[in-house]
Amino acid sequence: MKMENEEDKSDRRKFLKLGALAGGAVLLGSAISKAVSLENPKETGEKVKVLTADGKLVEVDSCHLKHHPAVSQMAILESRKGIEGKKFIMVIDLGRCGNARKCIEGCQKMHHKAAPTEWIKVKEMKDEGLSSPYWMPQPCFHCDNPPCTKVCPVDATFKREDGIVLIDNERCIGCRFCMAACPYNARSFNWADPVLPFGATEEAYSPETSFPAKRGTVEKCDFCPDMGKHGILPDCVTACPNGTIFYGDENEDSVTNGEDTFRLSELLKNRAGYRYLEDLGTEPRVYYLPPVNRNFPFEEDTVAHNTEDYKAI
Amino acid sequence: MNTEHQILTPELAEKQSLRREEMRADVLRPLEKIGMLGKLWIAFLVIILLIGCYAYYLQLKDGLIVTGLRDYATWGIYISNFVFFVAISLVGALISSVLRFTNFTWYRPITRIAEIIAVAGVCWAGLIIIVDMGRPERLLNLFTHPRLQSPILWDVVVVSTYLTTSVLLLYLPLLPGIAICRNTLTNKPKWQRWMYKFLALGWTGTEQQWKIMKRSIKMLCIIIIPLAISIHTVTSWLFAMTLRPGWDSTNFGPYFVAGAFLAGTACVIIGMFVFRKVYHLEKYITEVHFDHMGKLLVFLALIYFYFNVNEYFVPYYKMKGAEARLLNDLFSGQFAGLYWSAQLFGMFLPAVLLIFKKMRKPGIITLIAVPVVVFAWVKRYLIVTPILLNPYLPIQDVPESWMNYFPSWVEIAIVSASLAGVLLIITIFARLFPIISIWETLENEGIELEDLDKLNNEKA
Repeated sequence: MKMENEEDKSDRRKFLKLGALAGGAVLLGSAISKAVSLENPKETGEKVKVLTADGKLVEVDSCHLKHHPAVSQMAILESRKGIEGKKFIMVIDLGRCGNARKCIEGCQKMHHKAAPTEWIKVKEMKDEGLSSPYWMPQPCFHCDNPPCTKVCPVDATFKREDGIVLIDNERCIGCRFCMAACPYNARSFNWADPVLPFGATEEAYSPETSFPAKRGTVEKCDFCPDMGKHGILPDCVTACPNGTIFYGDENEDSVTNGEDTFRLSELLKNRAGYRYLEDLGTEPRVYYLPPVNRNFPFEEDTVAHNTEDYKAI
Repeated sequence: MNTEHQILTPELAEKQSLRREEMRADVLRPLEKIGMLGKLWIAFLVIILLIGCYAYYLQLKDGLIVTGLRDYATWGIYISNFVFFVAISLVGALISSVLRFTNFTWYRPITRIAEIIAVAGVCWAGLIIIVDMGRPERLLNLFTHPRLQSPILWDVVVVSTYLTTSVLLLYLPLLPGIAICRNTLTNKPKWQRWMYKFLALGWTGTEQQWKIMKRSIKMLCIIIIPLAISIHTVTSWLFAMTLRPGWDSTNFGPYFVAGAFLAGTACVIIGMFVFRKVYHLEKYITEVHFDHMGKLLVFLALIYFYFNVNEYFVPYYKMKGAEARLLNDLFSGQFAGLYWSAQLFGMFLPAVLLIFKKMRKPGIITLIAVPVVVFAWVKRYLIVTPILLNPYLPIQDVPESWMNYFPSWVEIAIVSASLAGVLLIITIFARLFPIISIWETLENEGIELEDLDKLNNEKA
């Protein structure tokens, strides 16, 4: 009985491996198929194992693989659900931010965004006359009661099970109602044709990567679920020289900036974590730790940033 | 009907028929030939429309980058213009329906002017909102992936229903008029004669036709009141359903509806003045009409004033956080000039001046009505842009052009084209169909065309 069971398991494992291989092969194929002419496939010599429709495993030359559009469509539908068991969350320690603006650069680089579009911003804040100014990095808050998804007429922006709010730019009609509805101005619009790396338009689009961008559609910080699900930290987190931004999973009750890892509940309790404009009732998934015990004294910014409008015109 | 129903003796019928012939001649005279000035006017509108089409072509080619819009001022004059068109379209319901349920009859010669303004306005409201879309080719997504929770979907439903109802409310009372055109204007080109014949739906004025028509109009008049209120309330919800300071207001629905009635009534006054002058309709659109419309304008301006007090004075009294920044911007900041002009010329002055009988003469009241319409448009700009430029979080580290909004020439050209489009619809309509309803006007004089038709049909 036990023997059989183990055999059973190993069989399943083998099958899963093959499945993953086949999936990988399809992706690889999509990349390669672009490189070679379709009418006259050239043998690459690289053999890949693929699973046929009737369940047989065959080995073919990678040149015969073709990208199937249904796969990306599937990916879009899949990306509406969210990653099971996860509840992505962010904590930003305002005491650590020194306005290095590296989070902005990291984000722009990772998402192939060019200035003036910033998905994460760093704002100079001053709550009232007597209090001291501080720097506040501001990504999309991925609210649990999102005003943006409520108003979308075509369900192009949606809230997932894992807490993330994403946009499907193949559905978006560009009415910008979500931008008007977001009280934090977290959203950006592709006013012109986006500047994309070479060959990007051929890439299969996924709301999880927000890539490639499309003209006439809305976009924003996507909380990097494509990286988060593999345990990789978003670039805004890793690019920060001061470890200001912590990323993690509410279900695991932990957040990390790559160096320090905290128990989320204790961090918020001990450091008086709060959410920006709590009164609006949007229930953000981004928490702030008040700017106390600062790493740096506040220094007025002497340089103007992000002053150039789009270059397209 | 302000006179007792009389028994139709042959002599009386004879007299009434003569009166009908006289009015028919007066009303159809402008349709006979378009003068040089009329042609120039149409050419002028078409040229503006074509420039707008070219501007829109550029926008389709390069994207919304050609506008002055950016990430903060994400909505601009396209949306203001949309709200303006929806606003003026409400007057159709006010004049031809709300007044119908009063005992007044004076308004009957001007119902058609109000209705065609409504139809033209709501047509272009639907078009201009598509111009604002970043992906107009995905318009059908609204039907293939609709989310009924979105106020935009409500707007789509209400605008299309209101358009249909308004077209019917314009068309049904027009049937006897089209039949007259069909019978009288026989020297017109073939397509036009064919159009009259087709649109008249075989109207001969039988008892049953009159009955069905009058009954349908009555029904439409009831349906259109809640529709008109909904269309503008839902439009106000495009703003009021958000959390932005300045839009986050429970007062927005009635505030918009009141402003809409005011703007639309001013449009009708201008329309009355122009048609009276150009078509020589002094006998039908009289000084009394201007006098009554002037009183209506005072009444509507006072109602609008009441909602403005609620909209601006109440938050001004409290000066709450982010709202205070916006109010300072409006009252004494960069928008102060526009704001106070809009309140003064669009509301205070007409409310005060038109109290005096002398001011309600055709020429003067039109001079007062023109700024009411112009500043109604400006007011809608002030409802959209200053709020977007005063968000909760400060606007920092963005290009200079993002901190302000000034419409680009493309936007101005497209908006001008849409305004020209509204005027073009009204102009062409008035060139093809009688702009005054003959049967409704004669009913005012105690002449029931229904009875006359009955008599004639019996004779035949």
